Amino acid sequence: MAEPLLAIRDLRTYFISKNTEVRAVDGIDIDVQKGQILCVVGESGSGKSMTSLSIMRLVPKPRGKIVSGEIVLDGQDLLKLTEQQMTGVRGNDISMIFQEPMTALNPVLSIGDQITEVILRHRKITKKEALHRAVEMLKFVGVPRAEQIVREYPHQLSGGLRQRVMIAMAMVCEPKLLLADEPTTALDVTIQAQVLELMRKMRDEFGTSIILITHDLGVVAEMADHVVVMYAGQVVESVNADELFEQPLHPYTKALLQSIPSIDADHEVLYSIPGTVPDAASFPAGCRFAERCPLAQPSCFEKAQALREVRPGHLVRCDLVEEGGV
Amino acid sequence: MADTLLEVRNLKKYFPIRAGVLKRTVGHVKAVNDVSFDLKPGETLGIVGESGCGKSTTGRMIMRVLDPTEGSIVFDGEDITKLSGSKLRAIRRKFQMVFQDPYASLNPRMSIEDIIGEPLIVNNLANRKQATERVAQLLETVGLRADDRARYPHEFSGGQRQRIGIARALAVNPKLIVADEAVSALDVSIQSQILNLMVNLRKEFNLSYIFISHNLAVVRHISDRVGVMYLGNLVELAPKGEFYSNPLHPYSVSLLSAALEPTRKQKRQRIILKGDVPSPANPPKGCPFHTRCPRVMDECRIHRPVMKDVGNGHLVACHLHA
Repeated sequence: MAEPLLAIRDLRTYFISKNTEVRAVDGIDIDVQKGQILCVVGESGSGKSMTSLSIMRLVPKPRGKIVSGEIVLDGQDLLKLTEQQMTGVRGNDISMIFQEPMTALNPVLSIGDQITEVILRHRKITKKEALHRAVEMLKFVGVPRAEQIVREYPHQLSGGLRQRVMIAMAMVCEPKLLLADEPTTALDVTIQAQVLELMRKMRDEFGTSIILITHDLGVVAEMADHVVVMYAGQVVESVNADELFEQPLHPYTKALLQSIPSIDADHEVLYSIPGTVPDAASFPAGCRFAERCPLAQPSCFEKAQALREVRPGHLVRCDLVEEGGV
Repeated sequence: MADTLLEVRNLKKYFPIRAGVLKRTVGHVKAVNDVSFDLKPGETLGIVGESGCGKSTTGRMIMRVLDPTEGSIVFDGEDITKLSGSKLRAIRRKFQMVFQDPYASLNPRMSIEDIIGEPLIVNNLANRKQATERVAQLLETVGLRADDRARYPHEFSGGQRQRIGIARALAVNPKLIVADEAVSALDVSIQSQILNLMVNLRKEFNLSYIFISHNLAVVRHISDRVGVMYLGNLVELAPKGEFYSNPLHPYSVSLLSAALEPTRKQKRQRIILKGDVPSPANPPKGCPFHTRCPRVMDECRIHRPVMKDVGNGHLVACHLHA
């Protein structure tokens, strides 16, 4: 396969305070190909959002720290860049959209000012040209009355429109990589469908790679080319989307899929995973899912599991899964 | 026992919009506009719809936390629409509410015992000592430990807090629980734990639920009947099997088609609605859905369709099925 656009190697992002070390991201490897939509799926506390903030080098300071690893975008290790160089990357090579467009947009700047700010930072063009570009982009993402909306403020727009504005702002410099952290979680289903369709159009039109972070396996099924399942700061399964839904191998992935009620079938009792996610300040020595795992063996509690390729392109962090995948 | 536990008729809630120095009423937000349904003892009615459709407002009117502008609510044979004071307090323990956000709905300064025991003391159902025993018993009913009663909300995870919220609702032996997005803030693995708990409690205590949610799959799992709201109106109401196999209102059809399922197998034809929900302060004339409806007809722009029984207990408000 061609050189990946983004290669994350052994990334560790910890929150360190006097007595504790919270290992939010604990040694992950992820490759994103050009034009690929990669979904990172996991529950709260799995480290999925910290992974994206690490890529942007926006881990909350002073406690949050990327303690080791590499994040290589197009041959360049982002973790070696100076803060100033990184400013040139954000919004230009990599952009990000967030769950809550109202908190991510600046309430006292007009939509036009916010979008042109991004363009003017990265492109040597006049303010007028930038505004023209902003209007074009808003039209492209399906914002009605774009010429007027550039003069309006975020509070005047609906949730769906705000998210479109966020996407327009993120895409205006045609980045190589778009990070989307739960972009549709706050939206209604009919609006979610619109926004997901728009993101796919962005990929098709600009060839942008997308890392889509979500807890919703329905969104994953709809969007993903490749899926990375995270649990307790680690990648537990990584495989193309078709195979993930057809043959999930990690007990956590399987349990997660079984826990979701279906719109097309009735269940007497819903499968449920007992217990809760382990505390990131004191992970168990063995497999981090062992205490909730229906298949756990005594050995699981002792030995940390490694991510292995059990079938071509299918990686699983579970020693119970045999070669070839059972 | 009566055949109907709850009878809701033509319920409306208009919030006035005030403007200017004199704060004169310049219009109304029609949050709920003519909602009627019945609920049998032991039955679960799921109410689905998007933000702003009036589903929470409906739930809160039934709880009598909000006063309806028009319409009536008959609970257990008694008209509670206009009750107030001690009479309202007396009947209120028969219906309780479980909220969406388990972080915001528990007082952080109260111990679990005080949180769950408060409704017992307030309603004079128990003295301190009896309350302590009852709290211990309730905690075990919802899958927590009796020893947890001395702890405080911050010591619990989201799922555990939701269990505490459920225990508080159960404390006064209600007949009806209104659950407003009760599992929406929870992770998938925790969500299924709480759903199973609610199903078990329903059987154990013969509870009725009004389960308000935007999640159609969750509603399918827990409900006997499903009602769909759009812009303050109930547009479809049908038994679960009917609704999911044969949705009739174009809005219900598009909602079901937009729901994302965790599977890559054959997908329903997706209908992506254009635009946003109109403002409830200025709802369109005629059918509230006509501005986004893929099957709109001339008549829809003029006359508002009324709920009509098309057989099998399936009600729909749509000119296509008139």
